[in-house]
Amino acid sequence: MDWINAILQGILLGGLYALFAAGLSLIFGVMRLVNIAHGDFIVLAAFLGLTITTTLGLSPLLALCLVVPVMAAIGYGLQRLVLNQTLGEDILPPLLVTFGLSVIIQNSLLEIYSADPQKMSAGALETASLALPGDLNVGVLPLLMFGVAVAVIAGLQWVFYRSALGRAFRAVSDKQDIAQLMGLNKAHIFGLAMALSLAVVGLAGVFLGIRTSFDPSIGPGRLIFGFEAVIIGGLGNLWGTLIGGIILGVSQNIGAQINPGWQLLAGHIAFLIVLAVRPRGLFPRID
Amino acid sequence: MPDALLSTRALVAHYGDFQALFGVSIDVQPEEVVAIIGANGAGKTTFMRSITGLIRNRPEMVVWKGQAIGGLRADQVAHLGIAMVPEGRQLFQSLSVEENLIIGGQMGRKGPWSLKTVQDLFPILKERRHVPATALSGGQQQMVAIGRALMANPEILLFDEISLGLAPIVIKSIYEALPAIIGEGMSAIIVEQDIAKAVSVSDRVYCLQEGRISLQGRPDELTREAISAAYFGV
Repeated sequence: MDWINAILQGILLGGLYALFAAGLSLIFGVMRLVNIAHGDFIVLAAFLGLTITTTLGLSPLLALCLVVPVMAAIGYGLQRLVLNQTLGEDILPPLLVTFGLSVIIQNSLLEIYSADPQKMSAGALETASLALPGDLNVGVLPLLMFGVAVAVIAGLQWVFYRSALGRAFRAVSDKQDIAQLMGLNKAHIFGLAMALSLAVVGLAGVFLGIRTSFDPSIGPGRLIFGFEAVIIGGLGNLWGTLIGGIILGVSQNIGAQINPGWQLLAGHIAFLIVLAVRPRGLFPRID
Repeated sequence: MPDALLSTRALVAHYGDFQALFGVSIDVQPEEVVAIIGANGAGKTTFMRSITGLIRNRPEMVVWKGQAIGGLRADQVAHLGIAMVPEGRQLFQSLSVEENLIIGGQMGRKGPWSLKTVQDLFPILKERRHVPATALSGGQQQMVAIGRALMANPEILLFDEISLGLAPIVIKSIYEALPAIIGEGMSAIIVEQDIAKAVSVSDRVYCLQEGRISLQGRPDELTREAISAAYFGV
């Protein structure tokens, strides 16, 4: 029964990993930009949530109403003012600039909040659980987070393949010059893509901060989980990313069940196995 | 001619490090069809990219209705009512046939062309509307590229090498459809290597040779010999 429980918890954790990964996948899909600072933005969102909950006395879930739009605005501004200048034939400048951003965000957070681990409290919701048949219990909060993750993936999927904005994303991704001839300002479209990416990051950051303790140094680790979920699922496939997150979460929990020290290792091993067997991921869309 | 719709004034442009245009001046009057002919490397595509803003120039080098637009971005130029059917069709491969058309009309400019009128012009595009655009044949892809440009309801339509890489029968049918396409009070610039085709549909012809205008005039004023000399430079 412990094993079934580990797998169940792993699936729910996978939803959070999918949220880490979705924004990363979106940005890569639209503008072939790998955002090395993605994990640090997740942590930034968590600290933003912490500040809002402590100063305004809001519950973390209500704080999302502020964190998500603020992160989206940061994303749009960052893209228009900084990242658009780095995009071009050469893929190195955006890597270097986002790496620099990662360092800046980590150290700024360290300066402001210190290195102490922090956590947001969601009150009674944190300990509420549902009893399932066969002596299993699932927390209401992880279940809620998983549901939100699925909804976010479905929403992004809808935006990408059914909306005018998604059409513009795909057109600019296909052929930037020709998309401009259609009257699309790629600088603005890229800004909107980054805004959407960091809006999802806002959600992921607050969920992370409710679920576990966090400090300014954990961003790169979250980036790796995001990368692994994207790669396992296959580039350019959002549902694949959700499955990638679930595979990662389940592997980690099974590893932890065998030996608590194996939690992270098991996730990385699962990632390596997928890479070895299916180098392009399980369900690739982008060549 | 003061009332030209679109003019270039001593347009100088570079293609990478290489200077491709050396002071090209042309005028397009309202509802006029202008052909620009020239050999490979004469600077035709650079000329089209300069007009559409894909290559940015000094503002006064491109004039639209008396307004200097040479420094605008391509998306700003598009909003003015200048559309292009690019060389090699350049459809969006992630978009279906219908989505390619819709994105051409996303600026919402008013005019005779809509998804319905474009699909009436090219019925095959309605039949195959959910297919990825690049799954179509070359000729059908060219229809999508033309339809996508028409969806913007432009005042001037730029055709860059529309016959390149297409079967002769397809080229013939596209040129037969051209009067219907351009007929709705629209101007056009047609860039072609196929001299006879270009001359047959145009009101005026410019010949471009190594980045300079080597000949211009109405089709009935130009002899084959003069065109050959201006085209090949021999």
